[in-house]
Amino acid sequence: MSDKTSRRNFIKAGMAASAGLAGTGARAEGDPLITNVQPWAQELGDGVNHMPYGAPSPYESDTIRRTVPWLTADSVSAINFTPIHQLDGIITPNSVCFERHHGGVARYDPADHRLMINGLVEQELIFTMQDLMRFPRENHVYFMECSANSGMEWRGPQMDGVQYTHGMIHNVMYTGIPLRLLLEEAGVKTAGTWLLAEGADSSGLTRSIPMEKALDDCLVAFKMNGEALRPENGYPLRLVVPGWEGVTWIKWLRRLEIGDRPWHQREETSKYTDLMADGTSRRFTWEMDAKSVITSPSPQMPITHGPGQTVITGLAWSGHGTIPQVDITLDGGVNWHKARIDGLSLDKSLHRFYYDFVWDGKPLLLQSRAHDSTGYIQPTKDALRKLRGLSSTYHNNGIQTWAVNAEGITDNVEIS
Amino acid sequence: MSRFLKTLLIAGLLASPAAAGKLNLGRAALPAEVAAWNIDVRPDGQGLPAGSGSVIDGEELFTDQCAACHGDFGEAVGRWPALAGGHDTLAEERPVKTIGSYWPYLSTAYDYIFRAMPYGDAQSLTPDEVYQLVAYILYLNDAVDEDFILNKENFTSIALPNTGSFRLDDRDNTEYPAFSRGVCMTDCKPSVQITGRAIKDTASNTESE
Ligand code: HEC
Repeated sequence: MSDKTSRRNFIKAGMAASAGLAGTGARAEGDPLITNVQPWAQELGDGVNHMPYGAPSPYESDTIRRTVPWLTADSVSAINFTPIHQLDGIITPNSVCFERHHGGVARYDPADHRLMINGLVEQELIFTMQDLMRFPRENHVYFMECSANSGMEWRGPQMDGVQYTHGMIHNVMYTGIPLRLLLEEAGVKTAGTWLLAEGADSSGLTRSIPMEKALDDCLVAFKMNGEALRPENGYPLRLVVPGWEGVTWIKWLRRLEIGDRPWHQREETSKYTDLMADGTSRRFTWEMDAKSVITSPSPQMPITHGPGQTVITGLAWSGHGTIPQVDITLDGGVNWHKARIDGLSLDKSLHRFYYDFVWDGKPLLLQSRAHDSTGYIQPTKDALRKLRGLSSTYHNNGIQTWAVNAEGITDNVEIS
Repeated sequence: MSRFLKTLLIAGLLASPAAAGKLNLGRAALPAEVAAWNIDVRPDGQGLPAGSGSVIDGEELFTDQCAACHGDFGEAVGRWPALAGGHDTLAEERPVKTIGSYWPYLSTAYDYIFRAMPYGDAQSLTPDEVYQLVAYILYLNDAVDEDFILNKENFTSIALPNTGSFRLDDRDNTEYPAFSRGVCMTDCKPSVQITGRAIKDTASNTESE
């Protein structure tokens, strides 16, 4: 940027700022929030134990999970969405991690929880939570994305907000036992090439997982972000299957069966299989491919400050590794700019990116495009549709477009 | 082979689970405990309990315990899932995926109905009742006659029509090479048009234009 343009922008920004000040009622004598002593600067506040388990400020009461009732037949087998438009950094707070249950939230005393290992093992075993706490532990940050995330967008732009288009995702630090250690304790027989993980809830959710993945990086987790799992995330025990579709991360994990072939359970046949245009289907589409989205501005986060210095921010992730690069376009893909990836770049974790620029107040067509550590580049939605048709429901990792108009109002659109 | 498996093989990470020492935690599972929880059924019939059930008995039970949500003929009530119909719709614009039109294996129906249905009263059905319900759902999908009796012995002889239409994930051949070819950064297209726009109707804090 030349000195001249940066000076022009500085003046413009200054004008916008003073316009803003006028809007908030500043008078010649100054901002009363500064010139008058405010009650919170005078009176004593709450004591230390006012709230033994803390909660966000009431002014943040808008940062909540939201659901879309018409998506499912009832609220017990349903989905809600993480408010990713209001979050920053890479860690999702436990209270707003999206929920997807097939038979409601199972709530019970962890003293009543049992984990069974059965099938092709030397010794079928039962563990209590107390037993599990004696295993060596590890900590890892992983994203968990439902493979139906963005699934409503296959036939065209549908949902009015990034919370709804991309909010079936969260990113949490798990504390847990490497699944390998539990399997070693039971002694997997050489014929044991598959594992069935089963939940204790009323849907008894099950998925078949190949032994290679089970022995590689899966965790049996009991903590998220340092505290116990939340009931809606599988308290007291869940499976963590890094990089793989969320439905494999069995909650309320009660059983691990070892077998010599997959089980073809309901959630890997009727659901979570990808129907192609020709009527055939892909099954066992485990990995979540590289994806990114701009979280602000977005339909729920319009630009309200007018022209001038502006932050574009968003998230990028890949089930195959890390994200070395994210590109941003302001003009619908004519020209692209490298975004700044900030903070931790961890394997199979969300990455936070920013693009700082001076908005001239003209309409924008915003997109982001993720590159992952394997060299894979996030495709357009049309490129995916060309290969898969419109009915595959799952694994829509196509590039998202937001149209920002001159007032800063932002819409979910698709472009040529 | 998936890229994931290849990486593992190259990295030599397929460690033998017997390699590390045991920690002597947990206790042996008793046969009665394993029997109580080991409820899964595989396509080869492993896990099917002894028992049998007729289409006729299934109709009565289904009307009683299932039809309120799934409809008398499995056609679905409101937004609850349909269990029958949809044949030859998979390549159409609005495919209808049911046990008859989409599911690859009948064992999944047995497994899932005992495991999770009726909704809100899971694991309450006897083996004979589950055989009855599966027989009736087959009948609703024109796969068997009304005098059919399903049992542990004839179960695996029933093939569902869509079995052959499933294949393993092939993204590493059909997509990953095509999507790993580098990118254009400047002057990438001559013009851009908006081709579609979401309706402003879901819970949103912005107003319509
Ligand atoms: C109160 C409503 C209700 C009743 C009663 C009910 N179901 Fe269901 N059924 C559901 C819901 C909801 C689902 C989907 C659950 C999900 O996706 O997590 C379902 C799913 C199913 C499925 C899988 C459908 C698919 O395409 O994946 C089958 C099979 C099934 N039910 C059979 C039965 C049978 C047999 C009975 C009677 C014993 C029964 N249901 C009673 C609500 C009901």
